[in-house]
Amino acid sequence: MSERQGPRRQHYLNATWGLKSWLLTKDHKRIAILYLLGITVFFFIGGLFAVLIRLELATPAGDMVQPDTYNRLFTMHGVMMIFFFLIPSIPAVLGNFLIPLMIGAKDLAFPKLNLASWYIYMLGGSFALWAMFNGGVDTGWTFYTPFSTTFSNSYVIATALGIFILGFSSILTGLNFVVTIHRMRAPGLTWFRLPLFVWAQYATSLIQILGTPVLAVTILLVAAERLLHIGIFDPALGGDPVLFQHLFWFYSHPAVYIMVLPSMGVISELITAFARKRIFGYQFVAFASIAIAVLGFLVWGHHMFVSSQSVYAGVVFSFLSMFVAVPSAVKVFNWTATLYQGSISWDTPMLYALGFIGLFTIGGLTGVMLSTLGIDIHVHDTYFVVAHFHYIMVGGAIMGYLGGLHFWWPKITGRLYPVFWSKLSALMIFVGFNLTFFPQFLLGYMGMPRRYHAYPEEFQVLNVMSSAGATILGVGYLIPMIYFVWSMRYGERASSNPWGAVGLEWETTSPPPSHNFLEPPTVDHEAYDYVRRAQEQRVA
Amino acid sequence: MISDAKPDRQTWGLDHQFDSVDQQRESSFLGMWIFLVTEIMFFGGLFATYIVYRGQNTDGFVAGSHELDITLGAVNTAVLIGSSLTMALAVWAAQTDRRKATVWFILATILLGGVFLGVKVVEYGAKFEHHLVPGPEFHWPGPEKTESVQMFFNLYFLMTGLHALHMIIGIGILAVLAWLAWRGVFSASNHNLVEGVGLYWHFVDIVWIFLFPLLYLLGRSG
Repeated sequence: MSERQGPRRQHYLNATWGLKSWLLTKDHKRIAILYLLGITVFFFIGGLFAVLIRLELATPAGDMVQPDTYNRLFTMHGVMMIFFFLIPSIPAVLGNFLIPLMIGAKDLAFPKLNLASWYIYMLGGSFALWAMFNGGVDTGWTFYTPFSTTFSNSYVIATALGIFILGFSSILTGLNFVVTIHRMRAPGLTWFRLPLFVWAQYATSLIQILGTPVLAVTILLVAAERLLHIGIFDPALGGDPVLFQHLFWFYSHPAVYIMVLPSMGVISELITAFARKRIFGYQFVAFASIAIAVLGFLVWGHHMFVSSQSVYAGVVFSFLSMFVAVPSAVKVFNWTATLYQGSISWDTPMLYALGFIGLFTIGGLTGVMLSTLGIDIHVHDTYFVVAHFHYIMVGGAIMGYLGGLHFWWPKITGRLYPVFWSKLSALMIFVGFNLTFFPQFLLGYMGMPRRYHAYPEEFQVLNVMSSAGATILGVGYLIPMIYFVWSMRYGERASSNPWGAVGLEWETTSPPPSHNFLEPPTVDHEAYDYVRRAQEQRVA
Repeated sequence: MISDAKPDRQTWGLDHQFDSVDQQRESSFLGMWIFLVTEIMFFGGLFATYIVYRGQNTDGFVAGSHELDITLGAVNTAVLIGSSLTMALAVWAAQTDRRKATVWFILATILLGGVFLGVKVVEYGAKFEHHLVPGPEFHWPGPEKTESVQMFFNLYFLMTGLHALHMIIGIGILAVLAWLAWRGVFSASNHNLVEGVGLYWHFVDIVWIFLFPLLYLLGRSG
């Protein structure tokens, strides 16, 4: 594998050639690329459903699709986006690529397991796609019983099985990361010298490890009830449908943090790199990730304020949900404080980072509103909730994902992308996103319920705004697709450190060699030590 | 496999991503323990379901547990604890370079696991005969609500069934392990796999240690 081919420098992309060398690779960087391909496909499939939803909602009458079809559209949108795009997105692509580089390791602790995780992911995705092509599933991504077990006439089991299989991929990735971060750090790289992206990935991995198995067993119970016609959650047979909701949200609320925590990690990297400063309150930001992961497991009942959950449980869950805002706010304040007196540059990744802070703040504050019992009962199951979680998942998670992709793209491919188009698309995504989802806050507050394909005429203006925004957002997502592909062939070659950032991943070449570093790195300084870098440059 | 490791004494069996044998061993054990944590959460969901439904259907659960064969359950508990002993001895034998003993102890573990599953088949068969398998054939003559007793048996079959599935997977892994041990793959400096599989086997044992009192014993004295 290590014989040199001609005068060109050898790196992980050109070390070996052919389809087989990719499909059997154990290199974490190549596996990250494999994930990137799979995830992009699922993102655009999920996006296609969103397009159809927004088209239907452009007019008040339910004139484009049947109500039953509409149920399938929003279900498949949710399933594809949450399970097959958002949950694996940053961990499996950026985490896979960056964690070994950031900690100075040659690979993850278990490279074969890492490749197996990708195959498991694709297998789970194939089940879900098979179900989709056969007519899809109409239960909502939440699979509430007894509808999903007894009444739904769609491909519940195939989709659920896809999610069950995917869960193993998520668990094994988390396991791989935790072991890697514990055991594979370079000499001198103590816990409090780790980049905050690694801390965020560590916290995310804990959730994946602790939460996903509970979802797995819940899915198994749903499948058993549906297949064998035994009563586990069906009240007619002595079961308790609220128990299903408890089990489901025990995973699915923390899953929100699986989506947004890695994104927060990316933002910590971007803000420091483009403000040329050490992060304000490093340890607070690091522990805020752990605090969010822990508290995230104690708030699931806030999805069930209008179920038959006891009022006292509701009060406790309401209080704990507000408490999650504390570590989240610590992060937002510390990023903002990092900007203060920073030497700020406005490169594309920074635009995404600043966008993230604004949108995440709106999403987080409306989350505090929703954790209030009285307000939640008023806006429960309305577009207010839809807008809130899209501000977290799209405005938060996807902004972070795209920001990270733009930041590390030169490292991943060794190429630069066009500045103008990337800034334009970042701006379009920000504007399009707000135009899509801000009107939904208003719609929800006025009482428009979610999951209906028709609505009263007085809601049309805001819905048209939302659909128009979605168009801009969609184009904003397509542009990076085009210039990223374009850059791989025609983009300018990137230096090893095009942003002048600190971090071990920038000390190796772009793209990195197969074993990541030519010399095994050692670390003798804190993370984000831009002061030291500036002094070194002055001396040089 | 592509590896930079040179086949000398210090680095034999060392994967390329590790710097030392110690690092590799610590990583594989940490990985195994984390995997077992996920297994605890998996069974934890079932235990939580059991606790909730036991609270809602106490009569039915007590009546249901009286239908289980406590003698067979106790025998199986002893068999499984015995298999954990032979597994621990297999690990010891591998650590101390006793190739034949390693093979024999692994085979003994497989045998005891097989006995456990055999007894389980007998128990399941009896439930079929007594119409205690959930579904249309389920019949409960006693005064307790049929749904309550059926819920007990839903969980009985799910919990013991998933446990048995873990046993079957474990036996399959042990069979491969016995073959590797017979070929002399393991040695005092290279026995991570035996220890890892041992941890898994003990875990499956411990799950049963919780299942037995929950399903067979609880409410029995009343």
